[in-house]
Amino acid sequence: MRYIPMTDQDREAMLASMGLSSTEELFADIPEHLRTAGGLDLPPALSEAELIRHMKALASKNTNLEDTISFMGGGAYDHLIPAIVKHLISRGEFLTAYTPYQAEISQGVLQSIFEYQTLIAELTGMEAANASMYDGATALAEAALMACNATRRNVVVLPDNLHPEWQEVCELYLKNQDVEIKYLPYLEGAGTIDHEALQSLDEKSIACVVVQQPNFFGLVEDVDPISEFVHSAGGLLVMAVDPISLGLLKSPGEYGADIVVGDGQSLGNTMSFGGPSLGFFATTGKLVRRMPGRIVGETVDADGRRGFVLTLQTREQHIRREKATSNICSNQALNALAAAIYLSVLGKEGFKEVAYHCLQKTAYLRRRLSEATPFKEKFTAPAFREFVVTGPVDWEAVNEALLKDGFLGGLPLKRFGMADAALFAVTEARTKDEIDRLVELLGGMS
Amino acid sequence: MTSKTGVPLLFEISSPGRRGYRLPELDVPEVPVDELIPTEYLRQQEAELPEVSELEVVRHFTQLSRLNHGVDVDFYPLGSCTMKYNPRVNEDMASLPGFTAIHPYQPEETVQGALELMYNLGTYLAELSGLHSATLQPAAGAHGELTGLWIIKAYHEANGEGHRNEIIVPDSAHGTNPASAMMANYKVVEVPSDERGGVDVAALRKLVGPKTAGLMLTNPNTLGLFDENICAIAEIVHEAGGLLYYDGANANALMGIVKPGHTGFDVVHYNLHKTFSTPHGGGGPGSGPIVVSEQLAPFLPWPVVAKEDGRYVLKRPEKSIGRVKSFYGHFSVLVRAYAYIRSHGAEGLRQVSEAAVVNANYLMHHLKSLYHLPYDRHCKHEFVLSGKLQKEQHGVRTLDIAKRLLDYGVHAPTIYFPLNVDEALMIEPTETETKETLDAFIAAMRRIAEEAENDPESLKSAPHYTPVRRLDEARAARQPILRWKKE
Repeated sequence: MRYIPMTDQDREAMLASMGLSSTEELFADIPEHLRTAGGLDLPPALSEAELIRHMKALASKNTNLEDTISFMGGGAYDHLIPAIVKHLISRGEFLTAYTPYQAEISQGVLQSIFEYQTLIAELTGMEAANASMYDGATALAEAALMACNATRRNVVVLPDNLHPEWQEVCELYLKNQDVEIKYLPYLEGAGTIDHEALQSLDEKSIACVVVQQPNFFGLVEDVDPISEFVHSAGGLLVMAVDPISLGLLKSPGEYGADIVVGDGQSLGNTMSFGGPSLGFFATTGKLVRRMPGRIVGETVDADGRRGFVLTLQTREQHIRREKATSNICSNQALNALAAAIYLSVLGKEGFKEVAYHCLQKTAYLRRRLSEATPFKEKFTAPAFREFVVTGPVDWEAVNEALLKDGFLGGLPLKRFGMADAALFAVTEARTKDEIDRLVELLGGMS
Repeated sequence: MTSKTGVPLLFEISSPGRRGYRLPELDVPEVPVDELIPTEYLRQQEAELPEVSELEVVRHFTQLSRLNHGVDVDFYPLGSCTMKYNPRVNEDMASLPGFTAIHPYQPEETVQGALELMYNLGTYLAELSGLHSATLQPAAGAHGELTGLWIIKAYHEANGEGHRNEIIVPDSAHGTNPASAMMANYKVVEVPSDERGGVDVAALRKLVGPKTAGLMLTNPNTLGLFDENICAIAEIVHEAGGLLYYDGANANALMGIVKPGHTGFDVVHYNLHKTFSTPHGGGGPGSGPIVVSEQLAPFLPWPVVAKEDGRYVLKRPEKSIGRVKSFYGHFSVLVRAYAYIRSHGAEGLRQVSEAAVVNANYLMHHLKSLYHLPYDRHCKHEFVLSGKLQKEQHGVRTLDIAKRLLDYGVHAPTIYFPLNVDEALMIEPTETETKETLDAFIAAMRRIAEEAENDPESLKSAPHYTPVRRLDEARAARQPILRWKKE
């Protein structure tokens, strides 16, 4: 077979050196009735050339967004990715390594994670970050569990305008831990959290209040009153943030957040039908020993040179088993590496520019839509890179029509119970011309 | 630049005003930011990202990569992790724009190729496992375990047996097993191993009861041994009303030879990054699909891919537990695993397992005269040695042996695991290594055994030839420095 170097001669020599005459003898301890009779029912093996042909045929059945212009967001975004990201993460020394258990020959992965942790801590304005979680949704669920453990309380407050899929993931993780979830409504007009609803909560039981910034509708929340409320209640402020927005918006650290999570797909990772991306996870120095996941720390070697190791491992499953802070083992190291490369090559100014371009281009589409189409914006709060448009049309049918002209329109919110609305996203990758053409097409459909 | 002082952090070579990437000119009319977002919502304190050129970034990460060991560099016999060759053509396939540049919420009609691939991959995993239907959503093995336990829990609850709150886990189990059980709010009950390294069946019989929700087991187990009592074990757990969960970390041993579902397992997870050769990426992304029996299929997380009138659609199983992550799973990892299975076919996968088992037995046979072998019987894809002779006779610990191996250019085996073996060294060669590589490993292990006898100090101070020497882990934990800070 293609990737097995063992020749018949090798096999014979190896078996003979063990005093055996057939491979079968190595399986003699498996009772006959448990053996798979007649082999597996799988399609025949393909050569490399046949595989490439087959895979290309499958890929071509998908409408790809290199050829189609996307205005879709809702948790996965078409941002620009510098060419070097793919080249560097493809280096075999990174790609084909595993978790850096042997630090002396894993300094490449360890130092890059240390740099990634620093970059995330800087973006979020927090003191420490871990090496990554599976995605934003699972990172949020684990943040809520961590808040419960840290406060010894069992009520988690989620806003109704949190990404619906993240709500579902949190529900699954939390209800199985006997945590109670309370939902905060959002204001019909503004689209942001109704702060007055906070007053109806029983303060003493609140482990944390979660704020998504910007929220699922792309709107910027006023976090200060929530931060004040939850802290005076003795709970924690958990923020789920869009990392790109942090090039412009006030950081969670500036709001006094205790735990910060988010999805890092936007940071140099392709959309790839929704995964793999990465979840980032940051917290305060006080809570760092309660964090789930791997953490890399700086130390010195026997000669006093700087080096990096996995640290605070007594929180983790391979040491603590059922007393660990989480069951996570494999994480998203390669995606975190992509994020670190992305943030490094964009740099301090470039990263701010991405956020600024997103904001300006989104504002331009909002303006043009209101000028040239009868569609309305559903909410009034400030929007960053996404906003909700309403109108008496079938948005799924609108998207079908747009696809014929090479556009992927906004995300129809029918799947989330808002039949007359769609969520449009505009990243720095879109051009004025693309926005103008979209507006023209939408103008003809109303 | 890398040898004496190490590679500086990017933050340390940052130079104000230097740029590594340029965006297109902003081509829309600009509006003052405060007209769009109130000033009090704007960031005051800047994020200290580095300011470096593109070439500096390329050199930085290239230099870092050269400090790292990977399968591409040399032998990586890290037990339980199946560090086999990661075929490059699969990387190319996962990079096709039709797979990378697709949005998870695109209309189903525009992603039929992606859905077809997922549907077929689920079918192949069902065939390999001998079970009914799959979810590809779990992000990694541990996430698959958690998903499987949530399904087991939902099943018992649906049957009015929500009081079943115990999961039985062998003492040799991966740490993720008890940790996953804890995350699913189960009480963990440990069952000891017997003298042959398998589950102690008599002890198990005493542990099961009306509170038993299930048993988690890997077979071959973490000692690399096939548990011949699996049918008896399954019967005991099933008779008590519990279900059997198969930790597929060790599935590389049995493809096309034994289907876990035929040995009584109700839920199976596969680590695509192990058995199906998707790259480990320095710690991830992995992928941990699970396959379940027909009675558990209605509880699978949603959405699952179904085929209706020749079209592929996303559906919600009738009693779905919900979502375990955003979207549908690690799709681009699924693409690689799919390509791997298609490259091998049924016969090829069986040959993979056979060769993995021959390689492991070959190493075990030639190392057992040098190191203590606690369970001397044929192993499957991996085996566990003990460094206890070296410890008792020469004061050399398994950690020292592992560190010395690094000097020989080899990644160390998994050490101090499983917990039921003193000074454990868990060795998994995989099927993609040549006899010459295995012989070189045997030779290195022989020299280390000799060094333990003649020059134990050289082992205790190993490694000597790696980019850094032994690192002070205690110091890292005592005074945590978890990030760079601007002075």
